[in-house]
Amino acid sequence: MIKEYRTIREISGPLMVVKNVEGVTYDELAEIELPNGETRRCKVLEVDGDRAVVQLFESSTGINLAESKVRFLGHGMQLGVSPDMLGRVFDGMGRPIDGGPEILAEEYLDINGLPMNPAARDYPSEFIQTGISAIDGLNTLVRGQKLPIFSGSGLPHASLAAQIARQAKVLGSGEQFAVVFAAIGITFEESEYFVNEFRRTGALDRTVLFSNLADDPAVERISTPRMALTAAEYLAFQQDMHVLVILTDITNYAEALREVSAARKEVPGRRGYPGYLYTDFASIYERAGRRKGKKGSITMIPILTMPEDDITHPIPDLTGYITEGQIILSRDLYLKNILPPIDVLPSLSRLKDKGIGEGKTREDHSGTMNQLFAAYSAGKDASELMTILGEAALSDTDKLYAKFAEAFEKEYVGQGQSTDRSIEDTLDIGWKLLSILPKSELKRIKLEYIDKYLPKQEG
Amino acid sequence: MGKIIKVSGPLVVADGLADAGMADVVKVGAQGLKGEILTMTGDTASIQVYEETAGLGPGAEVYTTGAPLSVELGPGMLENIYDGIQRPLTEIRAIAGETIARGIDIPALNREKKWHFVPVKQAGDRISGGDIIGTVEETSALTHRIMVPHGVVGTLKSITEGDFTVTDTVAVAELERGGERALTMMQTWPVRIGRPYKQKFLPDTPMQSGQRVIDTLFPIAKGGTAAVPGPFGSGKTVVQHALAKWSDVDVVVYIGCGERGNEMTDVLMEFPELQDPRTGEPLMKRTVLIANTSDMPVAAREASIYTGITIAEYFRDMGYDVAVIADSTSRWAEALREMSGRLEEMPGEEGYPAYLASRLAQFYERAGCVQCLSSEVRRGSLTAIGAVSPPGGDTSEPVSQATLRIVKVFWGLDSGLAHARHFPAINWLNSYSLYMDNLRGWFEKNLGRSFLENRAKAVAILQQESELQEIVKLVGQDSLSPADRLTMETAKMIREDYLQQNAFVDIDNYSSYDRQSILLDIILQYDAQCRRAIAGGADLGKLISIEVRDRIGRAKSVPEEEYPTAYSAIAADMAEQIKEAAQHD
Repeated sequence: MIKEYRTIREISGPLMVVKNVEGVTYDELAEIELPNGETRRCKVLEVDGDRAVVQLFESSTGINLAESKVRFLGHGMQLGVSPDMLGRVFDGMGRPIDGGPEILAEEYLDINGLPMNPAARDYPSEFIQTGISAIDGLNTLVRGQKLPIFSGSGLPHASLAAQIARQAKVLGSGEQFAVVFAAIGITFEESEYFVNEFRRTGALDRTVLFSNLADDPAVERISTPRMALTAAEYLAFQQDMHVLVILTDITNYAEALREVSAARKEVPGRRGYPGYLYTDFASIYERAGRRKGKKGSITMIPILTMPEDDITHPIPDLTGYITEGQIILSRDLYLKNILPPIDVLPSLSRLKDKGIGEGKTREDHSGTMNQLFAAYSAGKDASELMTILGEAALSDTDKLYAKFAEAFEKEYVGQGQSTDRSIEDTLDIGWKLLSILPKSELKRIKLEYIDKYLPKQEG
Repeated sequence: MGKIIKVSGPLVVADGLADAGMADVVKVGAQGLKGEILTMTGDTASIQVYEETAGLGPGAEVYTTGAPLSVELGPGMLENIYDGIQRPLTEIRAIAGETIARGIDIPALNREKKWHFVPVKQAGDRISGGDIIGTVEETSALTHRIMVPHGVVGTLKSITEGDFTVTDTVAVAELERGGERALTMMQTWPVRIGRPYKQKFLPDTPMQSGQRVIDTLFPIAKGGTAAVPGPFGSGKTVVQHALAKWSDVDVVVYIGCGERGNEMTDVLMEFPELQDPRTGEPLMKRTVLIANTSDMPVAAREASIYTGITIAEYFRDMGYDVAVIADSTSRWAEALREMSGRLEEMPGEEGYPAYLASRLAQFYERAGCVQCLSSEVRRGSLTAIGAVSPPGGDTSEPVSQATLRIVKVFWGLDSGLAHARHFPAINWLNSYSLYMDNLRGWFEKNLGRSFLENRAKAVAILQQESELQEIVKLVGQDSLSPADRLTMETAKMIREDYLQQNAFVDIDNYSSYDRQSILLDIILQYDAQCRRAIAGGADLGKLISIEVRDRIGRAKSVPEEEYPTAYSAIAADMAEQIKEAAQHD
């Protein structure tokens, strides 16, 4: 029998202390029943003898120390899963909010999941064509990868994520896919943008939405990405689907975590974020991937806004140490009206090398990719020099590099938000741009590919 | 038998543990989760639990195993992948599926598998701790030498050749202090205590990694220590993987400490396919993997580097050259910080415990070149290489600083180089190796004095380049003298044609010392010959555009068996073309 306690002794911020408890375990889920019959959920953060510190997932307003009752439920936070979740909208705690019926759960899964055995992982190597040259050509996404978008306030990360969700496909496959979208502390407008995008492209009935908006309780945000990933794991590894998970915005998640940590008076790490922020992030991001012997996969695109565009801020910094690369948006490019404004040099996909080349994309992909990076980097240096010293100070080769950099930004990166380029198109545009440079500069490409693919100079 | 009184994340406090000792391994709760005692007050112990503690509560039972955290050492470790407390992950997978369930207790060494034991000693021989009594062909790449456990001194009464499991008796010793002891192929050792050796030596042989920037500019000695700090995306893991693949050591222990799961998968899938350039055997056959990825429990992450280095010491004691590669020590330090915070210890810098530096020093000091403890003379070495992941790439933080005070080699990774896709992104201006003096003898003997001279020249040219670049930024390239422009040109060749190395291309991923020294010599010959030509009034533009330059640029990808001929052809043609370019003027 589940005992009820009327021994709430303290509530401060998202934390509550319950005394005289018995048989309570760490990480256990509990319910608070308010005098008016309303129930709210919380979980155990610490048990010390007969004293339990619990963290509320919802607001503490209206909880009366004398009258409210606490019931410990004997299990952790769970999500009921079923294939019927597709096409539905849930709140940040996994309750349906679209007016539809309750989900008849096939199974209840612990939202924290279990760590994946590294020996059971399957290395991601299937090329996903996003139709965006800056990603496909230079920072290639593969199935099962976690590739975040590092953005800043006011930059079009939402439309980039939507463009990826809309255009992403694995060449030559007609397998089942699904999108799991978690809105974490974003505004109604931003969330609605995604919903409309999914509706417009017909993806909505293959999408599971978890929505914790800016005016929903901040502490709920700690569960939202875990709810979403639990649903994603179910769809991927039990229903054999290829799931794309979009989490936005991780910055709001980290702030909620900081709030709880501060309330617990923990020794803070950098910028007041808890010392275990890395481990906590990892418990979310590492849930992406492929498993041996399973058909499905989880590809994850978390979005985060870098405070003051500062990439050394703990949130992007720790994220970058866990995820397999990052796509970085640049304010400079955005102001130049280059869309999507992907800053390709600091962007990176760590898994690209296994996903490109003969049989996956094209034999010349790796060489041209390195050459484009090197040339764009040299070109940017040259343009910088040109702004300081004038064009005359550049050598002839450097002038060509500067010209290349400009053309590269316009044609290769700035493809617009509705263009869907095939990988062949992307590679061919790359070659066209490389033909600006003297052939002797193309040291990173094998000679046979230069002969085969470099457009012949006219005249 | 104790009882839990408090649970807070991975920290559990239990009382009634008067029979337990400090640092004892305990079993917690109904599932028997493994933990380790960190502090004792009266009969109350603070315990770090190596597994997720959800579901534990006050009242649950705790009992001590009476022994500190130890590893099992014996045949069967190579080609295996373990978690931070040496549980075999492939066997866990067979039991629990793709995720790691809690409370699984499987011995680290397979108890069923039989190994063929061949004695090298006979009954009647005197033995003492560390002596080799026999061998097992563990993999085609390595002979596992079975040693007498430390502390055993006596005479062999019997020893048998045959197929045995690791727990079978292969020999019986009559001990000097009386009584008998059955010897098996397995021994255990507490991970937090370094295995003993007779004597330490100064390292004097380079560990050849096949990476040009490392071997030529910043070499590490066998038995040395190195750190690879760098922001994310600067290629730390690629450098670590390259070292694990190509280093000329007998055994590699690779510790994935709080890093990505897919990186370990990558090693697991790639190493069996790759060949050791020296033995021709698959690299996996000399590799032990320790994987405690970032989503696995944080306390076991703290233990993982000790587990790894103890295994490495064991192979060192057999007389082998061993490398321990830890990626990343920052995650280890964070695990330490997390536990320290939960213990409510007074924090030092940035919340790290005050003992961070001494713990790091203890770890790295377990590296070294030693005479093994044994009645026979035998040398082994243990090289320790740790990645550091400083927040924001700023090495002024405590983990980087504490590491740099200890290690002798610093390979500083640079995000600017990484963004320009110059890999390995080791910054040649701020990296260093303090082993150059110790290694001088080896270089002179094996590569000749000219190699060291060329190395010094290359370093000087790169240094000059950075100064010249400052001038170019201010006043433009035209203001430079032809000689200075040649310096810039040579520096570019050193950077692009020499230091840059693609780990993902088959020929370029490994470069022998011989090959390195010839290629570097060609580039510096180019510089010297052009310099003479310029002094004679030749036009720099022509010298730069000679045909052979393109061939030098592609010299790294000349197939291994062709390079001696190809390189001497390049050198000959180069001299010819420079002469020609100079004459036409």
